Amino acid sequence: MRSDPKDYELVAPGSLQAAVGLLARSPGEWLPIAGGTDVMVQYAAGKLPSRKLVSIWNLAELRSIEVLANEIRLGAGCTYTNIREHGVIGREFPMLSSAARWTGGIANQNRGTLGGNIVNASPAADSLPALLAYDAELILISVRGERRLPYAGFHAGYKKTKLAPDELIRAVCLPRRFSGYVCHARKVGSRNAQAISKVCMAALGRVAGQTVEDVHIAVGSVAPVPLRLSETELMLRGKVINESLVSAAKKMAVAEIRPIDDIRSTAKYRAAVTGNLVAEFLNLLSADGKA
Amino acid sequence: MSSSGEDRSKSEISFTVNGEQKTVLAFPMERLLDVLRLQLGLTGAKEGCGEGECGSCSLLMDGTLVNSCLVPALQAQGASIVTIEGLDASAGSQRLQEAFLECGGAQCGICTPGMILAASHLLNKNPRPTLEEIKEGLSGNLCRCTGYLQIFEAIATAAGRETAASS
Ligand SMILES: Cc1cc2nc3c(=O)[nH]c(=O)nc-3n(C[C@H](O)[C@H](O)[C@H](O)COP(=O)(O)OP(=O)(O)OC[C@H]3O[C@@H](n4cnc5c(N)ncnc54)[C@H](O)[C@@H]3O)c2cc1C
Ligand code: FES
Ligand code: FES
Repeated sequence: MRSDPKDYELVAPGSLQAAVGLLARSPGEWLPIAGGTDVMVQYAAGKLPSRKLVSIWNLAELRSIEVLANEIRLGAGCTYTNIREHGVIGREFPMLSSAARWTGGIANQNRGTLGGNIVNASPAADSLPALLAYDAELILISVRGERRLPYAGFHAGYKKTKLAPDELIRAVCLPRRFSGYVCHARKVGSRNAQAISKVCMAALGRVAGQTVEDVHIAVGSVAPVPLRLSETELMLRGKVINESLVSAAKKMAVAEIRPIDDIRSTAKYRAAVTGNLVAEFLNLLSADGKA
Repeated sequence: MSSSGEDRSKSEISFTVNGEQKTVLAFPMERLLDVLRLQLGLTGAKEGCGEGECGSCSLLMDGTLVNSCLVPALQAQGASIVTIEGLDASAGSQRLQEAFLECGGAQCGICTPGMILAASHLLNKNPRPTLEEIKEGLSGNLCRCTGYLQIFEAIATAAGRETAASS
């Protein structure tokens, strides 16, 4: 049933400092709302756990994109449109740009934020495999100060994160060391806009001739949290790409994931698609080595 | 109808709508869609799904397309809002509306205000879109009547005339 607005409080403190100050006064009581594209859907369904909301939409401190020598610091309040329109992100982190392009329609991209996608923590979220593949780090902020941690491991379990109740994500840091890599991102779903992925993958790698020097493969919608296929990666490093390696990688990838049957797809289909996407990526990598 | 007790938890929220400064008294979590329709009588934005999927509640907020069913009223504080009612007069919008009529881009009309706003947002950013770009620009706007082809054609037609008119 729809929620009644008179039962809810919403405040807009207007600055990052004031917002974390409010969170600190009674940790866990206030729910941040950025673009609202997840929160307002829960609200519409009468399923919003919190009655007190604090708006962090459009806070300037969360909306900057800093291009530093060794990394890009992307404010957590940047929208998908901000990401799509940024030249350096498009050139050096194309899989994040593609994910932004696949996230709902244009209106959703104008409001939905990267920070919201991370904290909403859907296993099917489209930008999260790209963040994993690019070795992103997060800067979290509270009145206690800032802390920086790798994004890998941020999701402690289904819809659980390492964010403390008084913290916000301030920025997402992307290391600028993947420009020479082959990248391959795919969203497999009924359609790109307005359809949740059945499987999404972001993979990058580098070969010398046919030998795999480095490889990162991340997949979404195949486990309670977005996953890096670390065992498959480990097995691939230093090996020569050939048919038997590709089929061993497919098998290993399928063994690493824990897909389920749900309204969108089946575990069997997801496993088959994951294997095929890994193979597709390795074939691209191999073609790059021959070019 | 609201009691004075309720009024106390309402906030004054100010924004411009179609160029006019407005101040409303609303619950901060009221949907912008409801404030526009029920308080300001701007019924061009429609409610289809109420959950961000259909685009019939589209409007422009600070120049960008948003679904007003997902915008809490307080987040519109200080914003500049354009609804279909305000888009009406511009030359570009006239061309779009004429093209929708000619190409059969509107049938029942529920999706049409959102379609025109999404199209106008697209043409502002990209005056000469390809068919793929038109499809992408409108991918968040659903239509149960036309089958979309007429809508895509209308936008391509309007874009052609736009370019002709400005060159
Ligand atoms: C029609 C539609 C289509 C969609 N399609 C897709 C899709 O294709 N792929 C996809 O991945 N998602 C999709 N989504 C989901 C949604 O748009 C994204 O998850 C989006 O990134 C959420 O961002 P937001 O700013 O709107 O989050 P909000 O709804 O404002 O917040 C979501 C959660 O994040 C928390 N939060 C937000 N920002 C911060 C921060 N800086 N620090 C700490 N906590 C924070 C909030 O407290 C809340 O718990 C879709 C949603 C809709 C309505
Ligand atoms: S009513 Fe807002 S998107 Fe459908
Ligand atoms: S004309 Fe009826 S929904 Fe589009």
